[in-house]
Amino acid sequence: MSNLTLLQINNLEIEFPSRKSVLRAVDNVSLCLEKGDILGIVGESGAGKSTVGNALIGLLEPPGQMTKGEIFLDGNRIDNLSDSEKQKIRGKEIGMIFQDPLTSLNPLQTIENQLVETINLHLELGENDARQRAVELLDQVGIPDPDVRVKQYPHQFSGGMRQRVVVALALCAEPNLIIADEPTTALDVSIQAQILDLMRGLCKQKQVGMVIITHDMGVIADITDRVAVMYRGRLVEHGATEKILGNPDHPYTQSLISAVPRPDIKLIRFPQVTYIEDVAEKNTEFDITEHWLGKPREYEAAPGPLVELKNISMRFTTKPAFLRKNRIFLDAVNNVSLDIHEGEVFGLVGESGSGKSTVARIICGLYTPVSGAINFAGTELTALKKQSDLDPFRKQMQMIFQDPYSSLNPRMRVLDIVAEPILFHQLAETRREVEIIVKDLLEHVGLGAQSAVRYPHEFSGGQRQRISIARALATRPRFLICDEPTSALDVSIQAQILNLLKDLQEELGLTMLFISHDLPVIRQMCDRVGVMKDGFLCEMKETEVLFENPEHEYTQHLLNLMPRLEGLSLEGLDMQPQPNQK
Amino acid sequence: MLAFILKRLLQSVVVMLTVALIAFALFRYVGDPINNMVGQDTTLEERAELKERLGLNDPFIIQFYRFVRDASVGEFGLSYQHRRPVKELIAERLPATLELALVSAILALAIGIPMGVYTALKRYGFLSRTFMTISLVGVSLPTFLIGILLILFFGVILRWLPTFGRGDVVEIGWWTSGFLTASGLKSLIMPSITLALFQMTLIMRLVRAEMLEVLRADFIKFARARGLPTRAVHFRHALKNTLVPVITITGLQLGSIIAFAIITESVFQWPGMGLLFIQAIGEVDIPVMAAYLVLIAFFFVVINMVVDILYFVVDPRLRVDKALVNGQ
Repeated sequence: MSNLTLLQINNLEIEFPSRKSVLRAVDNVSLCLEKGDILGIVGESGAGKSTVGNALIGLLEPPGQMTKGEIFLDGNRIDNLSDSEKQKIRGKEIGMIFQDPLTSLNPLQTIENQLVETINLHLELGENDARQRAVELLDQVGIPDPDVRVKQYPHQFSGGMRQRVVVALALCAEPNLIIADEPTTALDVSIQAQILDLMRGLCKQKQVGMVIITHDMGVIADITDRVAVMYRGRLVEHGATEKILGNPDHPYTQSLISAVPRPDIKLIRFPQVTYIEDVAEKNTEFDITEHWLGKPREYEAAPGPLVELKNISMRFTTKPAFLRKNRIFLDAVNNVSLDIHEGEVFGLVGESGSGKSTVARIICGLYTPVSGAINFAGTELTALKKQSDLDPFRKQMQMIFQDPYSSLNPRMRVLDIVAEPILFHQLAETRREVEIIVKDLLEHVGLGAQSAVRYPHEFSGGQRQRISIARALATRPRFLICDEPTSALDVSIQAQILNLLKDLQEELGLTMLFISHDLPVIRQMCDRVGVMKDGFLCEMKETEVLFENPEHEYTQHLLNLMPRLEGLSLEGLDMQPQPNQK
Repeated sequence: MLAFILKRLLQSVVVMLTVALIAFALFRYVGDPINNMVGQDTTLEERAELKERLGLNDPFIIQFYRFVRDASVGEFGLSYQHRRPVKELIAERLPATLELALVSAILALAIGIPMGVYTALKRYGFLSRTFMTISLVGVSLPTFLIGILLILFFGVILRWLPTFGRGDVVEIGWWTSGFLTASGLKSLIMPSITLALFQMTLIMRLVRAEMLEVLRADFIKFARARGLPTRAVHFRHALKNTLVPVITITGLQLGSIIAFAIITESVFQWPGMGLLFIQAIGEVDIPVMAAYLVLIAFFFVVINMVVDILYFVVDPRLRVDKALVNGQ
């Protein structure tokens, strides 16, 4: 152990005993970290990476316990300390940053109170000096007007600013080691870049060691010096970041890296990622062109574009008032016009609050726009007043939502969930027929017909998203709206779902509106892209042209912030021979 | 904030007027007020004259206006049963009920909140499980049964505590207080426990559920990760965050303690408003019933206002944020 070694973990093993069995969440993990270095721990959900972080700071969730191994901080063993000794180390020696800045701060206390409380606990500065230090800390993490802001409550800060406050709180006693558990996952890409910059700067400048736990290869590539890859509790690979990303040895790392959507090249398909949840390969027993699903739609081809938005605007009242002049409005969508052609995948990209989801909701009729017109296959939807007139169009449009956990009714069987739209639109003659169709659909999205009798909670996130896709396909739609369909999923599962969507789109000739904040995903999926900011559509172009040649200032800004992921292994990728420039 | 209070005030006035309308309708149209006032041998002419003199021939809206005007200064007319102004009767009985309600509310809060916190923190402890089981009994046994059991045990068998009445009271102006004499305090024990028991268990279960919820929150985990001592995490960070829903329920419960002291007051023959009301129902004493109705509605409205204002004190997110609005 050299005297530069800050953290040393030897043969760590953590178990979660339950009534039936013992789950080994972390199995024989050894790591070390030097001062001023940033170590990334990467892996997918359930890999045990957060458990390692919690064990380091002594906050394992019961019934979890360390059954083997040792942890040394600065040469002193810390894993066998008593609870009160561990509590003294927390905050003072080890700081921790959590994922969600919106819930990490006590909503009922001012920032100052929370900072001063922690500073006084560790440094014993006295009230006035502690206040002084609180302001300095806010200044250090880049919060403007720190002396005013310090008196405010968390809800008065935006997400990115709150994460800065969280960083300030974690740093307040100048710990030597910072553990950051998904520190930027809940943030927009521009804020993510700022926070990562801030953390890297602080690390290098103060010679603090940092462990970043994340599932995001972009973050890993951006900020870490070394990286450890975890898979099902085990450490599969560990080394310098360039080496692991550029030339991975372990097959799991290889498959994980091949699943990362590339910002710089468009792939035809993601290579089949093998090391992941059990999903049956797509069933190709039946010929899609013969089957109910693939039967030619009875719709006439649209004369112009399939979906056409003309000068759509939408505003929400954020502060209601009796007098109109006192009301405060938010213009969520501002004079947006776009058209989506039959058979095309159209992408909408933007940061949170840019209005991209509002556009989707306006198209499928969940919101009524304040002004403007929507044409679908030549019919003006905004002119239709009666619900029953809209139904035939609803049948042709379906939506897939972001959160696979809340978009399925937990009390319905999968069979009933998928059958619901078929029954509602009376697309099948008998109950028996419906059942056959549902089973075929489930087979087709890779779940297998036997999943029909199960309930949503029995499935993982990726599998649930497959159920959502089956449900969306059940009306044989022409137009599919996908609102961030993969942003809640792990990268390899994301690759599978994106592959599935691509395949379905080709087979069924679907038209798609694909909404995402993730530029590399957009590049993989879309033929054309619109970039939105603050309710305005800034730029609309062919995907490849936009990525190679952004014109609008904001698009350039977004593309600049996108993690470059250079030096990522290209092995086994299914690349498009030429950039697609139609 | 001022706008909010004004709005709530306006709503309260509407609520009060509605209740007043019901009370007035009760007074005016349930039975014949003249019949209730005069004896059997009054002639028809005398009745007609009395009716004219009392303004009962005036249009509905004018009569209602008069009722509201009088009610707003506490004038509800004569009790049919006691032949005394309702105002006096209520003023006599009000201190008894308010003292009982106050003691019960304090008992419920002072025991319920710590018990809730304890059962949340030591979730699987023996004592917590015992509390939870007992609280189940508290919620499910009807109030009168608890009162009767207490009387049987402490009043009849052990003879420790008086079984009825308020004991000796001290007059302070128009207020009569049982707090200052030994027999007054002794008499207060059983009724207040009876009345508090249900509220106590309710508050305990509510605090426990909220506390468990808050303890799972990220900011608690973050507070622990900063090394804050357990006590500070539990009380400074967790408890305060559980209080918002607790305040709501407690406020409503305080209203119902006052309103529904009826049962407890009957069991213990407590000379409060509830007992007055029960007797009024028996005797069809409409003015007393009307007054009681309006008064209880008034208590509820006031308590709700106070609760709404307390929200602002506890939760900064509700204070309309001028800086933020201007900043946008």
